[in-house]
Amino acid sequence: MEPAMKTTPTQNWDTNVVLSVEHLTMRFGGLLAVNDLSFNVGRGDITALIGPNGAGKTTVFNCVTGFYKPTEGRIVMRHGKGFQSEKIEALTRTGRQFNDDGDDRVFLLERMPDFEISKRAKVARTFQNIRLFGGMTALENLLVAQHNPLMLASMMTIGGIFNLPGYKKARAEAIDFAAYWLEKTGLIERADDPAADLPYGDQRRLEIARAMCTRPHLLCLDEPAAGLNPRESTELNNLLQYIRKDHGTSILLIEHDMGVVMEISDHVVVLDYGEKISDGSADQVKNDPRVISAYLGVDEDEVAAVEAMIEMPPSERTPIPAKPAASKAKKKPGKNGKGGKS
Amino acid sequence: MEYFLQQLINGLTLGSIYGLIAIGYTMVYGIIGMINFAHGDIFMVGSFIALATFLALIALGISALPLILFITLLVSMLFTSAWGWTVERLAYRPLRGSFRLAPLITAIGMSIVLQNFVQITQGARVKPLPPQIQGGVTLIEGVTENGTIAVQLSYMQMIIIFTTLALMIGFSLLISKTSLGRSQRACEQDQKMAALLGVNVDRTISLTFVMGAALAAVAGFMFLLLYGVIDFYIGFLAGVKAFTAAVLGGIGSLPGAMLGGLLIGLIEVFWSGYFSVEYKDVAAFSILVIVLIFMPSGLLGKPEVEKV
Repeated sequence: MEPAMKTTPTQNWDTNVVLSVEHLTMRFGGLLAVNDLSFNVGRGDITALIGPNGAGKTTVFNCVTGFYKPTEGRIVMRHGKGFQSEKIEALTRTGRQFNDDGDDRVFLLERMPDFEISKRAKVARTFQNIRLFGGMTALENLLVAQHNPLMLASMMTIGGIFNLPGYKKARAEAIDFAAYWLEKTGLIERADDPAADLPYGDQRRLEIARAMCTRPHLLCLDEPAAGLNPRESTELNNLLQYIRKDHGTSILLIEHDMGVVMEISDHVVVLDYGEKISDGSADQVKNDPRVISAYLGVDEDEVAAVEAMIEMPPSERTPIPAKPAASKAKKKPGKNGKGGKS
Repeated sequence: MEYFLQQLINGLTLGSIYGLIAIGYTMVYGIIGMINFAHGDIFMVGSFIALATFLALIALGISALPLILFITLLVSMLFTSAWGWTVERLAYRPLRGSFRLAPLITAIGMSIVLQNFVQITQGARVKPLPPQIQGGVTLIEGVTENGTIAVQLSYMQMIIIFTTLALMIGFSLLISKTSLGRSQRACEQDQKMAALLGVNVDRTISLTFVMGAALAAVAGFMFLLLYGVIDFYIGFLAGVKAFTAAVLGGIGSLPGAMLGGLLIGLIEVFWSGYFSVEYKDVAAFSILVIVLIFMPSGLLGKPEVEKV
């Protein structure tokens, strides 16, 4: 299914790609959660993955971060600039997980175990439900995220036991970096409090801080604004803008709060029943009739009408009749329950 | 009074050995929620490796006893760790993610494998090691109606208590201060999340087994020096006692394992000293039952909080 509105090839996400999901299919037994999904995430962009409940958004996240092995498809992470098609094709043929290109590596995420995706491919992630290490302090949570450089510096712990100078230095650096992110997220006062004791909004920000401590190239956030009050929501927007601008980290987020999505996203990908139904800038997507019908819900015959209308040039279109909210309940009854969410 | 002090010293010595083994049970339980029933046999393997190394060093003509003890300790820690690692790699890792009883059954199987392996390769008869460290200091000498009674602290007991103390302090620092310890605690709470932060969970679990085995090797060596005889079956009872100690202290809790070990040792020795030797195990296990009735999560264990 082609997007309703073709984006011009000059868009950042077509030329300067950090992550590309190619023909991703995820099946759980007979359940088709994601079906032949392809989209790109532009470097330095904030990309939003949206769609109704059960559309398969979280499943996509789980495939990208190595939680699930995709049934089919390829997920490519690039540290270097450009599309690098030849390099990727060559890598795909070798059966290896990533190439040896110094700082310009490409990674085939579907082949990598979860911890390697964080460690090497530099993809970080947060969850819909908060998954902090509750018994540890806020600072320790951020130090766990810097486990790999610390392990290396401590020569697999031996240096740590004897407190060798190399380890001391690495440890001081790790604490400084953690303090920097605690400062940025406004949590520096709570550094030594157990993470479980922090208020909900603080825990959300601490999760983002922890993800950033892995020094990611791509930060995947699963509903970061869920349960935040309007003030916290604004703070979150500012934090995400800061992460993108000052750290050059690309952000991929799942979000239900359309206010947040429309305000901060450069690029929006819309899923419904595991398939992509729209892809483009926030404005393009907002006016896409498929998106509107997916969100508001329409009857089968109306879907046909909408699809027929999509074939027409925009000038001949008639506005879609406004639907009462009650019609949401009876949308596409035959397909309900499709699309797995973890 | 003198009698009491003497029993206290003896109890602490025995308790130290139990405590060292108990740490292995409690750490593995903490990180993967499994009771490693083969751990007692790892302790037994450790004492056999120590015996072999000890005899080999003497055969090589090394006569300085402290040097022999030190080398033996290191060698047995090293090789026993390798055993611990191998057991985890072969018997537990392939079953990770299967239902909870599966690794429990393989653990019991592994325990039998280790016992029989040592029985076949080393023979079923007890192996003696003549007492190596003799003498001690007399702390107090008292006069009772039956004659004089002296409180003795032998050099052997000093070595055991101090080594255990040093290892436990070092170990607590390792868990609380180093990056490895931190990642172990992270894996205890949420393995998936730890993996997503770049922690190699499989390796962290392997290292937990290695650490537990290294401590069990120390305990095995101490046991060998203290009692002078070992056989392929010593792992069973010592393992059960250490497991009891871990449960008594609160399984999953490191200080709990140490405390539980000391308590089990003390109960056993005091019961033997004041009541009857025959019922010492009954006493130890009865106390366990009583403690668990009133404190189901053990002395220092945290009550399980239902995750929401």
